[in-house]
Amino acid sequence: MLKEGQIRIPSGCAISGIFSKSGKRITGDTIIKSISAMHDRSNGLGGGFAAYGIYPEYKDYYAFHIFYENTASKKECEDFLERHFDIINLSKIPTRKTRNITDEPLIWRYFVTPLPTKLNESQLDEKEFVARSVIKVNTKIQGAYIFSSGKNMGTFKAVGFPEDVGEFYMLSEYAGYAWTAHGRYPTNTPGWWGGAHPFSMLDYSVVHNGEISSYDANRRAIEMYGYKCTLLTDTEVITYIIDYLNRRIGLNFKEIAEIVAAPFWQTIERMPKEQKEKFTYLRNAFSSYLITGPFSILVGFEGGMMALNDRLKLRSMVVGEKDDMVYIASEECAMRIVEPNLDKVWAPQGGEPVIVTLNGGVEQCR
Amino acid sequence: MPIDFLYPDYEVVRDYNKCINCRVCERQCANEVHSYDEEKNMMLSDDAKCVNCHRCVSLCPTSALKIVKTNHTFKENANWTESAIKEIYRQADSGGVLLSSMGNPNNYPIYFDKILLNASQVTNPSIDPLREPMETKVFLGSKPNKIERDENGNLINNLPPKLELPMPVMFSAMSYGSISYNAHESLARAAKELGILYNTGEGGLHKDFYKYGSNTIVQVASGRFGVYKDYLEAGAAIEIKMGQGAKPGIGGHLPGTKIVGDISRTRMIPEGSDAISPAPHHDIYSIEDLRQLIYSLKTATNYKKPVIVKIAAVHNVAAIASGIARSGADIIAIDGFRGGTGAAPTRIRDNVGIPIELALASVDQRLRDEGIRDNVSIVVGGSIRSSSDIVKAIALGADCVYVATAALLALGCHLCRSCHTGKCNWGIATQVPELVKRLNPDIGYKRLVNMVTAWNHEIKEIMGGMGINSIESLKGNRLMLRGVGLNEKELEILGIKHAGE
Repeated sequence: MLKEGQIRIPSGCAISGIFSKSGKRITGDTIIKSISAMHDRSNGLGGGFAAYGIYPEYKDYYAFHIFYENTASKKECEDFLERHFDIINLSKIPTRKTRNITDEPLIWRYFVTPLPTKLNESQLDEKEFVARSVIKVNTKIQGAYIFSSGKNMGTFKAVGFPEDVGEFYMLSEYAGYAWTAHGRYPTNTPGWWGGAHPFSMLDYSVVHNGEISSYDANRRAIEMYGYKCTLLTDTEVITYIIDYLNRRIGLNFKEIAEIVAAPFWQTIERMPKEQKEKFTYLRNAFSSYLITGPFSILVGFEGGMMALNDRLKLRSMVVGEKDDMVYIASEECAMRIVEPNLDKVWAPQGGEPVIVTLNGGVEQCR
Repeated sequence: MPIDFLYPDYEVVRDYNKCINCRVCERQCANEVHSYDEEKNMMLSDDAKCVNCHRCVSLCPTSALKIVKTNHTFKENANWTESAIKEIYRQADSGGVLLSSMGNPNNYPIYFDKILLNASQVTNPSIDPLREPMETKVFLGSKPNKIERDENGNLINNLPPKLELPMPVMFSAMSYGSISYNAHESLARAAKELGILYNTGEGGLHKDFYKYGSNTIVQVASGRFGVYKDYLEAGAAIEIKMGQGAKPGIGGHLPGTKIVGDISRTRMIPEGSDAISPAPHHDIYSIEDLRQLIYSLKTATNYKKPVIVKIAAVHNVAAIASGIARSGADIIAIDGFRGGTGAAPTRIRDNVGIPIELALASVDQRLRDEGIRDNVSIVVGGSIRSSSDIVKAIALGADCVYVATAALLALGCHLCRSCHTGKCNWGIATQVPELVKRLNPDIGYKRLVNMVTAWNHEIKEIMGGMGINSIESLKGNRLMLRGVGLNEKELEILGIKHAGE
């Protein structure tokens, strides 16, 4: 049977996110409890989490989380890392044996920083150097897969129900200011752990519920700029689009939302002149990155989180607030189970991004 | 000589029980097939002159006429076909090059017909275009791969000149001269009403049609007929014609007999002189020369108009397109080997060039491999027959399509492929005043509007079924395509999977 990446697998899903605007660090128990309330939205074939602010002691180093199929791939990958990076620390990622999580690969974590000589030689900026190294490992080294590569953040994922994945990775031992979680309902067996969500690149992480109809248009557009979609999942291509538009082009998250979930032309026609010009520009100049078909996504980034629905809102997603905390989930129950007394609950409209930042509050755009 | 006698390909069948001797057929046929025999009080017909254009059939008030393929035959031979034999007789008689019109009619694979489209089921909802917005607006032109901001951090519009179309269809180049004034007027008015563009072809722009300038692409071809400052400034875009799908590597020849009156004035050549378009542009012998012409035209029009470079689909089309994308062109138009023509040497038309589906797929992929796909838009033609061909072309990677034969069909063309005779009974490919006036532009333009509008409805319906509500998400979306009955190599070039995969 083909593994994910060799075939494209559609899936339904549950997503959940928790964010402390003041940067208060929350342990992983809360997000596990939240996502497990939506147990029936996943089918045991994928679960995962992304956490921000969990490695304060190594906050200046890129934290690589890597799956290895065997020791040979580990050796080859470590050779590569040693040639290109200064490895400050490496260890197995601690896991707990749980009945429902089986067939685990070797799971390792490295805190690294690019070797100055290699970085200079490459004539790239540091993030681009790291991004290209990650893509290189994932496409060239058989059996090695870097599934997390940001600073002071990490993703944890596996084949299983999300609550079991959380227990497996012992997430109650980690504390961060932002968490996202994903429960997956793929139509096929993914065959390995890479296809689980979140998908991340540098400190961008994406959890996604949906099946985008624009997939191949988006994939073929983004692959022009050095990305290689190895998993054939929506989440992977969405992450690359966000990385490209934010880090490389320099668009902010609001502008990115206006491109990937652009308002309809009939809406743009009714806008005041300046706004109309701006939206027309974005839709024309970045037309290949419009995403159609159903999706609700949570994008984690350094110091913030963005929630976004497709422009027809073909997937459910609600936002709740309570004092310092912001909750975003596919279903309200996933928020109520961890915070029964929410101050405010609302459903963002299709294409209306909700951007939460540290000390910056909640911005409901448009 | 008896050997030169060729039995007619088609026979006019008249039902004398229905014929009322009204002589409409006789008056309508510019080929003089029909005649009235007063002695016998009956209509006669000369099958040898019939081109099978259906003009008489369509106008016969009692439906007394039909045209049938003759069952007269040579001894059957899979190698020496009837047409091969007849063409030899004709050349042995004349010593000349065989001429043909319209697109290659031969039995080569039509890849559009071997590609099937996808639709949503369960995991992804289809979208009803009658209930939700369904967008087909496209922009043609180069896209920047960086942004600029003003001092307040607002985005600056750094897009070069572009074309904006409400649907991904344009009328492709047909010159005034090769088609009639009324045909041009129909195209121009339809383009205006639809908000799309038509193309002057290489014959210049009639002074009456300057008012449709914002819906006009003005063409600069190797003969440079009718090209001057006002002409370049009149259009919304300028197209450099390097080649034509029906006759790659070949120029054009409009005989002096057709260079009369307005056509002579519009082409800016003396009446009665042959209008000869050289095979190459004599100032373009290589890619660096093309770049100079592109920038000359841009400079002449103050960098306000996108420049299109039109090429025929030939074997190394991907490399050629890649060179053009690096040479300042905003749009590349690729014309497939089935594209139409008003006249072309038969051997060229039927044997030179490659199918547009393969050319498009390889150009789109090559430009992506080189990271320059955003430098240009791709427009394809030759031949697009329906809305599903358009959807397939866009999913293969085109931004827009050019249609010409389909537009002529909408105006009444019956594809008799006799344009080169200049006696078009439908008033399209002719300059004979009494024939030209048979095409009423008031009706013609509406028929074009109807056809394109109908296609756009169908495009929306197909997109909705795929769960795609904007055409940009269809562009290059090859996962929406599957091949049937194609071999591995064909699938590889098209970049699609086989049905069932």
